Amino acid sequence: MATPQKTGTEVPGSGYAGPGFPPFKTETFASQLLWLAIFFGLLYWLVSTVFAPRLTEVIEGRASRIAKDLEEAASAKVKAEAAGAAYETSLAEARAKAQAIAQARRDEVNAASEARRKSLENDLAARLTAAETQIADTKTRAMANVEGIAAEAASAIVQRLGGSAPSRGDLDAALKAALKA
Amino acid sequence: MASPLDQFVIKPIIPLGKIGASEIAFTNSSLFMMFVVGAIGLFFMAATSQRALVPGRMQAFAEMLYEFVANTLKSAAGKEGMQFFPLVFSLFLFVLTANFMGMIPGAFTVTSHIIVTFALAMLVFLTVIGVGFAKHGTHFLGLFVPGGAPAALVPFLVVIEVISFLSRPISLGMRLFANMLAGHIALKVFAGFVVSLGALGIGGILGATLPLGMIVALTALEFLVAFLQAYVFTILTCVYLNDALHPGH
Repeated sequence: MATPQKTGTEVPGSGYAGPGFPPFKTETFASQLLWLAIFFGLLYWLVSTVFAPRLTEVIEGRASRIAKDLEEAASAKVKAEAAGAAYETSLAEARAKAQAIAQARRDEVNAASEARRKSLENDLAARLTAAETQIADTKTRAMANVEGIAAEAASAIVQRLGGSAPSRGDLDAALKAALKA
Repeated sequence: MASPLDQFVIKPIIPLGKIGASEIAFTNSSLFMMFVVGAIGLFFMAATSQRALVPGRMQAFAEMLYEFVANTLKSAAGKEGMQFFPLVFSLFLFVLTANFMGMIPGAFTVTSHIIVTFALAMLVFLTVIGVGFAKHGTHFLGLFVPGGAPAALVPFLVVIEVISFLSRPISLGMRLFANMLAGHIALKVFAGFVVSLGALGIGGILGATLPLGMIVALTALEFLVAFLQAYVFTILTCVYLNDALHPGH
């Protein structure tokens, strides 16, 4: 490989590169400790003053933001539920009102039509009675005419058969007796 | 053929002088520490610059890392443990990035040197002792006295507890170091077999496919180990910090 050193054949040099197990060479310790202190110190300083506070800020900020958002969502849900309930009640109220209005209107219409029906019936009844009296009048008048016609017809028949016209009084008596039978 | 240990050799890049017998230099190890911290810094700078409510890919990944470490810390050391979050997060990112960066062929593995892992372990250990005494004073020593033990056994138990407490930084540092070292050595040993067998002609090339397959499998295993050791280091750090916050059994 690239490194020129061979096991067991190294020339004992000054400092670090001499023979022996590298991690146990005490002459390298001071230098390693110095640089470890410098670089680990730098890392610790960076972590404690920059990285850890930044990450804490981000993670805690996110946690509180999520908690706040959840809280907001919960309150919004409560509000939405309240609004839903209010809507339901107002809907029920409106429905009841609409039904009341419809009922009132229906009653009104019913009453009006009832009244018209009644007046129409009265009118018809009156006209019926008038017609009935007229019929009765006509009938009595017709009956009176029937008597006259019967008397004339009877007197004409008697004149033809007997040769002479019967007297008015006989005729009436005979007609009355016949009509009564 | 190069030794499997060559990859761990520390080479000075910019010599800076000497402190006593120790040579101080900007080395390949220092360079990769810089790469590690630079990569972490650049990634998190970019990932957290938006601070978006709905994260992008990079921010989501950064948040994932954050929550992973934060949950580990909270489950081991409770809510109060979050005051150590920057330390634990830095340790996790440093070890994880160093381990993964070591998987790049030719790269230097910072965590394969015991002095580095031991220094990180000592940092945790000293933090635990410092915070333990600062918070609880002498009550912190109650950590070494198991509750409900017979009085005759207490001295022995205290000795055992003290030994186990003192061996923590050693085991914590040694575990990470040994895992990274052994994995990288194993990879190089099998790679050496491939080269040696390949030089033997056609039969050797056929035979070299076996260690080559082994390297492929070991590479996958090493990626797992790279993550797992970073995680183990982190979770043990959390467990030890819990002792500083809540001593007493």
